[in-house]
Amino acid sequence: MRRVVVTGLGLVTPLGVGHKLNWERLVAGESGIRSISGFDASDLASKVAGQVPRGEGDGLFNPDTFVPPKDQRKMDDFIIFAIAAAHEAIKDSGWVPQTEEDRELTGVMVGSGIGGLPGIADGAVTLHEKGPRRISPFFIPACLINLASGHISIQHGFKGPNHAVVTACSTGAHAIGDASRLIMLGDADVMVAGGTEAAVSRLGVGGFAAMRALSTNFNDTPEKASRPYDKDRDGFVISEGAGVVVLEELEHAKKRGAHIYAEIVGYGLSGDAYHISAPAEDGNGGFRAMRGALKRAGLNPEDIDYVNAHGTSTPLGDEIELGAVKRLFGSAVDKLTMSSTKSAIGHLLGAAGAVEAIYSIKAINHSLVPPTLNLENPSESCLGVNLVPKVAQERRVRAALSNSFGFGGTNASLVFKEFA
Amino acid sequence: MSDVAERVKKIVVDHLGVEEAKVTENASFIDDLGADSLDTVELVMAFEEEFGCEIPDDAAEKILTVKDAIDFIKANAAA
Repeated sequence: MRRVVVTGLGLVTPLGVGHKLNWERLVAGESGIRSISGFDASDLASKVAGQVPRGEGDGLFNPDTFVPPKDQRKMDDFIIFAIAAAHEAIKDSGWVPQTEEDRELTGVMVGSGIGGLPGIADGAVTLHEKGPRRISPFFIPACLINLASGHISIQHGFKGPNHAVVTACSTGAHAIGDASRLIMLGDADVMVAGGTEAAVSRLGVGGFAAMRALSTNFNDTPEKASRPYDKDRDGFVISEGAGVVVLEELEHAKKRGAHIYAEIVGYGLSGDAYHISAPAEDGNGGFRAMRGALKRAGLNPEDIDYVNAHGTSTPLGDEIELGAVKRLFGSAVDKLTMSSTKSAIGHLLGAAGAVEAIYSIKAINHSLVPPTLNLENPSESCLGVNLVPKVAQERRVRAALSNSFGFGGTNASLVFKEFA
Repeated sequence: MSDVAERVKKIVVDHLGVEEAKVTENASFIDDLGADSLDTVELVMAFEEEFGCEIPDDAAEKILTVKDAIDFIKANAAA
């Protein structure tokens, strides 16, 4: 099987735009969670979110940089975030196809959990108030999930596989895993892969709040709201953004002298077959996804130095994931370092797996493990696991495993290995 | 009614993001101003909103240039 490496990174998150800046802020223990702005949250149960900081200047997101203003109404924000993250990742990789064959062997697989929810909400209001003749001809293409991949391919002329994953909060991880397999099987030499989400809206927050999935006890102290593994955790914090990587066949990357961040060596998938939103109590789904990823990687638990947890800060989910990690790692858990970067950025839903894959790769590159913020009073089940409370820890990371679990009982684990 | 032309041109400039100088009466939305088929649908909707008229699909299909739009609106709109 052909080997696949990561040669480009791109991030748009509540911590800002750019993978270097994201990492600096993440390991410094900064939080991107704030009071909701941009729409009325006064009657919503959860009033905090991780919103991408907008404006002009270093790390701030200005859509005009990526999409001409006249075209912005043709796409919902999740597409613009994806375009922005892809722009950084592609530039970072230095990959510019020169021939038609190059273009045909370069594909895109950027998914989203929900897609254009704000646009769908607005469209429904237009239909209701003004009738069908007032629906914009751009309504459908602005909201369709695969239009993120579509726009990226159009902008850059990538004519290879064009695909989009939709697996709720596992989307970003599945996209990177599936794209790597397209390269392994020879369908492409280069894939632009990841996830994007922009559902921090009245309908989005209202919907997740209706499921009682969101944090509601920290509306006055937003930075404290996302606290995975802490006794006081009370639900996840909804966030937005995008993470995109450039994946490349090893020899293709070497031949052009590309910088290689890491090798993707493992990918495991599973289904819970249990419940639409709750994870199976025995953690078997997550367990099998991790075990499958390790098997594919040809690694043992003791070879993994860092786990970037799914760790959303829900009472049930964190506990179950921790149990599955303990069961899989056995005595190797003593030397393991595990953290949830959702403590800093909240839950980016369909983008989470891709953003966290990038953070995992950065941990390998910098020999530095990002912290779990707000972990003040760990749950009793956390005993014996180094969850990197509040402050980043220096350590060599030979290989990192990143978990993503989604509604519907869909699980994905990715393993990245240092490239020497 | 002379301002109909100005109002039409302004809508075209805003929606297609083109320079005002390019929006001559004979300019074709698709061939000269870079519009695609969806842009032209949206333009017709904008004309309907601005001038409070309804432009049926068969009439809209014949509105290909700035002048076509001005002529239709002058003949059919009250405002």
